[in-house]
Parts: sequence; C-alpha cells; structure tokens
Amino acid sequence: MSTSGSSRRIGDVLLKLEGISLSFGGVKALDDVSFEVRSHEIRAIIGPNGAGKSSLLNVINGVYHPSQGAVSYKGTTRRQMRPHEAARQGIARTFQNIALFKGMTVLDNIMAGRTLKMHAGFVFQCLYFGKARREELEHRRQVEHIIDFLQIEHIRKTPVGRLAYGLQKRVELARALAAEPELLLLDEPMAGMNVEEKEDMCRFILDVNDEFGTTIVLIEHDMGVVMDLSDRVVVLDYGRKIGDGTPDEVRGNQAVIDAYLGVRH
Amino acid sequence: MKTSAPARAADTFPKLLLEHARVRGAEISVREKDLGIWQSWTWSEAAANVRALACGLAAMGFKRGDHLAIIGDNRPQLYWAMTAAQALGGVAVPLYQDSVAQEMTYILDDADVRFAVVEDQEQVDKLLEIKERLPKLDKIIFEDPRGMRHYGQPFLHAYADVQRAGRDFDASYPDFFVREVETGGSADIAIMLYTSGTTGKPKGVCQTHAALITAARGGCEFDKLGPGDEILSYLPMAWVGDNLFSYAQALVAGFTINCPESGDTVMTDMREIGPTFYFAPPRVFENLLTQVMIRMEDAARAKRVLFHYFLAVARRCGAEILDRKPGVSALHRFLYMLGNVLVYGPLRNVLGMSRVRVAYTAGAAIGPDLFRFYRSIGVNLKQLYGSTETCAYVCLQPDRHIKLDTVGLPAPGVTVRIADNGEVLVRSPAMLKEYYRRPDATAEVFDEHGYFRTGDAGFFDPDGHLKIIDRAKDVGKLTTGAVFAPNYIENKLKFFPYIKEAVAFGHGRDTVCAFINIDLGAVGNWAERRNLPYAGYTDLAGKPQVYDLIQGCVEKVNAELAADPMVAESQVQRFLILHKELDPDDDELTRTRKVRRGFVAEKYADLVDALYCGKASQRTQTTVKFEDGRSGLIEADVQIRDAATYPPAPVRKSA
Repeated sequence: MSTSGSSRRIGDVLLKLEGISLSFGGVKALDDVSFEVRSHEIRAIIGPNGAGKSSLLNVINGVYHPSQGAVSYKGTTRRQMRPHEAARQGIARTFQNIALFKGMTVLDNIMAGRTLKMHAGFVFQCLYFGKARREELEHRRQVEHIIDFLQIEHIRKTPVGRLAYGLQKRVELARALAAEPELLLLDEPMAGMNVEEKEDMCRFILDVNDEFGTTIVLIEHDMGVVMDLSDRVVVLDYGRKIGDGTPDEVRGNQAVIDAYLGVRH
Repeated sequence: MKTSAPARAADTFPKLLLEHARVRGAEISVREKDLGIWQSWTWSEAAANVRALACGLAAMGFKRGDHLAIIGDNRPQLYWAMTAAQALGGVAVPLYQDSVAQEMTYILDDADVRFAVVEDQEQVDKLLEIKERLPKLDKIIFEDPRGMRHYGQPFLHAYADVQRAGRDFDASYPDFFVREVETGGSADIAIMLYTSGTTGKPKGVCQTHAALITAARGGCEFDKLGPGDEILSYLPMAWVGDNLFSYAQALVAGFTINCPESGDTVMTDMREIGPTFYFAPPRVFENLLTQVMIRMEDAARAKRVLFHYFLAVARRCGAEILDRKPGVSALHRFLYMLGNVLVYGPLRNVLGMSRVRVAYTAGAAIGPDLFRFYRSIGVNLKQLYGSTETCAYVCLQPDRHIKLDTVGLPAPGVTVRIADNGEVLVRSPAMLKEYYRRPDATAEVFDEHGYFRTGDAGFFDPDGHLKIIDRAKDVGKLTTGAVFAPNYIENKLKFFPYIKEAVAFGHGRDTVCAFINIDLGAVGNWAERRNLPYAGYTDLAGKPQVYDLIQGCVEKVNAELAADPMVAESQVQRFLILHKELDPDDDELTRTRKVRRGFVAEKYADLVDALYCGKASQRTQTTVKFEDGRSGLIEADVQIRDAATYPPAPVRKSA
C-alpha cells in the first residue's frame, strides 16, 4: 500500500489518559493505564482476549467512568463524561458487534450519524421546509461524499440487515464518519472479514486518516493489519499496559511476546 | 434519419464533436451519476473539456501519432480523453480496467504507449508497479485525485491540472486546437483495440476514423438512431462494442451517453435512465433473467401463477406480435395485451427496458430460448455479428425479420462469403487497417481477394440470413464422424439459470462430456429454500442434491439434442461440476468472459481423463489467483455423474 511513509503531519497530544483504573466488582478491568494519542495519528490497542481493550475505548468515549485517573481530551481534563458529550466533542466510534439500525437503509443509517449536526426544529423537519430542507440537502451531500468515499453506492437503498457482514462493518464506519469526528474509535473494524475485505478496510482507514486528518484509535487482532496501519501501538494484558511504542519496538518487546505466546513458569 | 447534413462532412471524431457543439450545443451529450445525482454535460461543455485536455496534452508534449492509453470505468472524462488524443492526431488505446498489472505490461509495451489517462489511484498503482518495465511510458494522468496527495512522482498529473494548463496554452495559442483538428483526416488511425487473445498474444487492431464512422453511420441509419436517444455506457471501454455504440455512434448520431455510478449499480442506474438503445453481451441478458426468475420463485403464489401463465402466452405469440406477423388469433392478441399490462410492462420496467427501442446482443452466441424470451416480452432484442477487426459491423437483423437462430443480413456496404471449409469471410469498409506492427498477422487474416477471415463457421439460410454455428476451429468431429459444435451444446446448458458456465469436450473422442459451473446465486437460493447448508462455491458444487439438479438440466438438454439429427450424437454422456468458478484472473476465461476451451482442457486434464475413463470421482488440486495478486490452492474430490441419453428422433420429412 502506497500510503505508508506518507507525509502526514502528526501533531500535538489530542487525548491523554493518566493512571486509568476501572473495576467491575472485584475484577480489575484496567489497572493504572496511561498513554497519549497525538492528533492525526493512528494508534492501535492490542492485547489478548479480556485484556481490557474495549473497556479502554469505553472509558475514552464516556460509557464507563474510571474509578481512578483522568482523561484529558483537547486539553480539558475530566473525570466523567457521558457518551453524547463525547460525541458532541468530536469523538465517534464503531462497535465490535455491529450496532446499526438493521431495518433502515444504508443511507438512513449514515444520515443518523449526522443527527448532532441537525439544528432545524422538529416541526420544520417534519414539514421538510425552510431551514430543515436546506440542512437536509447539505447533509445528504455530505453523506453522499462518504458513500462515494467508502464505495457503497450500490447498497445505498438496501436495508442494512440484508447486507453481508463485511459491508455492514463498512456502513458502520460510514456512520461514524458522518459525524465528522476528530477522534475515531474503531473496535475491531476487521473482525470476521476475509482477506479482500480486510485490505479494503485498511485502505479506507488509511484514506480517512489521510484525507480528513482524523485521529484514529483502533483495536485489532490481526497483527499484520496492526503493524501495517498504526503509527504507535499500546499493548494491554490483564488490564495493565505492558508495552507502548512503534510497531517495530512493540514487536521486539519481551513482555509482549510473553503475553501473546505464553511463558513457561 | 436525423443526422444533419453538415455532420456528414465531418470525417473524424473531433470534427464530429465540434459539429455537434455548434449545431446542438445546449443539448446533453453525456451524463454521469456522481454523489447520487445524475450530472450532465452539454455538447458545448464536452467540446470545451476536450479542447482543454487536448491543449494540456499538447503542452505536455503529446505529438501527432502518439499513443494514449485509457484505463478505467466508463467516465465522461475518459471518453473525452479519447477525443482529445484524436484531436491531436494521436491514437486512443483503451485497456480493460480489471486487468492485473502484468497483463497491462504487454499491451502498453506493444502499443508504444507514451501517455496514459487513468481513472483513479487503483489504476495508478498498477502502472507504478510496472513502470520500470515500460521505458516508453512518459506521463500518467489520473482523473480522480482521491488518495493521490502523497504521490510525488514527477510524471503523475491530475486531469484537472492538465486541463488548467491546457486552457492557459489555449489562451496563448488560440488557433492551435482548431488547426490540429483540421489537420486530422479520416484515414488516420483513431483507436487501437486489443483482441481478447483467445488464441495467443493479444494483437493491436488499428481502426481508422473512416472505418469506425462508416460502421457507426451504417448502424445508426439502420436503426434510425439520432439525437434524443439514450444509451447506458457500462461495458468495458476496451471492448469494440462500447467503442462502436458509446463512442462512434454517439458522436455520429449525436445521442446521449450515460455513465453509471459504479459497476455494481448498473441495474439501478439503468432503471433511472431508461435507455432507448441498449447493448449487452448475452451473459448480461442471462443474468437479468436469472435474477428475475429467482425473485419470482420467492414471490407470492398468486403472482407466480400470473407470471408463469402470461409468460406462456408470450412464448406462444409474443415474438410474432413484435414482428407484426399475421396468424395470431384475436384471443391471443387480447391475452397478450392483458399480459402486457399485468406482467410484461412491469417486467420491462424492472429490467430498465421500458423505453428500449432497439437492444443488441453480441460477443457470443445467445441461446435461442433466451433471445426469444426477451423478444416475447416486447423488447426489440437483436443479434449483431462482428468482431474487433470488423468494428462489430458485419450482419444486422432488420426489424420485423428477426430469426431466432441467425444473425441477420449482411449490413449495408458489407459483403459476406462462405469459404469452402465453412468459414465466414467478410469484405467491408469498416475493416481494420492492420494489426499494429504485425504485418505477418495482418497478411494472414486477409485472403487473396481481400476478404477478412472471421474464424467463425457458418452458412446462409434460404432467406440470405447468416447462421453462425461456432468458431471454425472449435467445430470438431466425434470419432463416429458426427459434427461436434461445443458452443451449441454449452449454450443450451447455459440457458438453465442454475448453470453459469459449461465446457463441452468431444472432438476426437467417441462421446461428449462436459464441465459445469453452477450459478452461485441461483443454486444458492435453490439450496437455501431446501434448507441445504453450504459453505461457499466449492462445497455447494459438491453436494449430491446439486448434482441431481444439474443432472436434470443435462438430461433435458440431451432430450433436445436427440430431437435434432444433426447433433443427436452430441448428447452429454458424463458431466462433472467444477470445484471452482472459471475466472479470467486464472486465464480460464477471456476478459470478455469467453471460455478458453483449450486452456481449460489442459489445466484440468486430470478431470477430463476421469470423465472419459469412467471414474466416479477424481481428486484434484488447482491454484487460484486472488484479486490482490496472491495465489492459493483449492483441493477437492470432484464427483462425476452419468447422464441419461435418448435415442435420436427419427428423421422427419420437413413439410
């Protein structure tokens, strides 16, 4: 893929997690995890099953509230934030298990991603009149750009429930993009895809990062993908951070190798 | 005939474009669906775009006689690039956009391509991959800048930038463009198309403006095409059919071409546009029918009964009514009218064919049953016979004199002769000038009287209609001496929606055997409704139930073959369902999706042997190429079945 080695400018720290701990009863899902994400960066989070990767994403966009530690996003530090506040501040995400509106068309699903950008009143929206109409046209144009970008023209009017898994994943990405996020959280965007679909998805993620300058935090199990895509990688194991650095550094890290391959005790 | 008189004076494509821009500048020349909306360009806008691009190319050093490769889906910008190259006295060389880089290397090198105009990053990446082996390739121009921001190579240029430079150039040398266009003559080579390479390496077929314009004018007059007609341009630009219909005829007649949003949206786009003139290879018509049939199987009972009842009515009298032949009873006319309201009209609408005045099929033989189906529901489908070398212009079927099994009468200005060995020979003004840098091949395809050898076997029926049986070299003989026309058998098999591809063997053998490719869509649907689980093509193809289904199809074909004494001995004795789909990426099909029979026979020699030595199954391994260029291995136990055959029908005296 030719985009690697691109001249993307990695900027300042966009998101910073400091000493995050999260417990569910006696289970420590996250234990004193700190790392930072710079703007325009692709940051991967890896780790064995149950390492706390999804919990970490949930902490970032406010679904879970950490029992200790703080999250600073764009310079403001907070202990607690609710998901809709995160969304308003430019954080969008996709889910490990697809969370689309199955009965709605692809187009409507992506339009739903722009809800936060719609300002016309309820009545005007119902009547498709005045500001609501102008807005809707503008949103539709934005959505069509995303449809074109992700090459899903042919399924524009297809109900999501009828689509293959790989395409649903792509639609979910489209919906997240519709919110024009600054920070995009992708929870296993390539799980369950075949080689070709994975390649397409990789290209889309790189293009999103490149074209829109979106900062991306992604969880992924396919090591080939992670190593190709990401600028820096965080490794979690049993809720603790055991590695952090460029793909090459992480690959050579003994603790990471042990966590993945197991060690003889 | 609506072509205006001055347009007849224009003898090259750029001149035709300028003429249209003058006469009907405000009418729509081309549409493209982009961002969900049909964007359109008038003839004047098209001419301005071509002018800007041509000047830009000239500013970059494009000279008279240079070759410009065009790679991408059907886009207005790429059609304009063809005209722009021709305006400068250059030659357009369209390539198949889905070819892998390696395949392109040969053509780009052979054609001495200096400039390439490509659609997007995907094509640029392919060219970059092979750039080192193409020292002659100078400049690459890409239309869609997405993903291209970090490509720093100095030989890469954005289409819009080239046009911008062109406008500056045009401002400095305002006479340049018109003078270049005027310098061009009808004997110049306009387009070079590569043969699909069913046999050997592809050859560059050089077509002059004169040849293409003659073919286009002949076709337009024959079918009364003119401004106001609409065509959907969705077939590969490298195919002669698209060149004739979307390019040559559009510029001659001045009708509108419509470029679909993407390859996957053609069906929807076609319904939105409602073309009046439609062109598709038989397999597209086949797929459309298969899809309709699948959906009808899932329809409510009442609808299904209605559908099948009226299709039976159409089968009985539809084609006759379309041809306005006498002898259809009043009752049937009434039923057909009713059917037109209830079934045929809505069906045509679903197929996007409500407005179609003329539809053509060519590229391969079409099954008579399939052909008749479309005609019977009121689509004026015709067959066209021709090849890349003859600008796809040899025979045409005149309205109302359509025979299901012939390709029609020789087109105006074309002479057709049958050689002693049955080969069809053609002399026509719309004929290739030469194969590029292949005087040997050029000499070979013309006989001593200047006739072009088509390589097809055929004969004239009593009414003077040409009937093509098969490729001359494919027609073989069984050891019993009976004629073996593999295409004929394969087409019969392929008419079943469940069978996507078939390869028949029999030349030099005592019986006929066949490979079958099932249609994953149709058979998959069939399996689902029987609660038959399957995991992909290979698994489905090996299911005994699927074998039963296909065996039924094969036996029906055998029954049909038995009824015709000419081919009664060609009944399929044994068959197998291939464990993988035949694919152009594996060289099993040509890019136009014709089976390369010899290659398939060689590649699957173990399976062919198993067919003929009576085995019940054969273990086999096949390497496949994935779209990303990697290869993998498919391994399977392929079952072989015997099919029932029927005694030949007694020879009946024809009435």
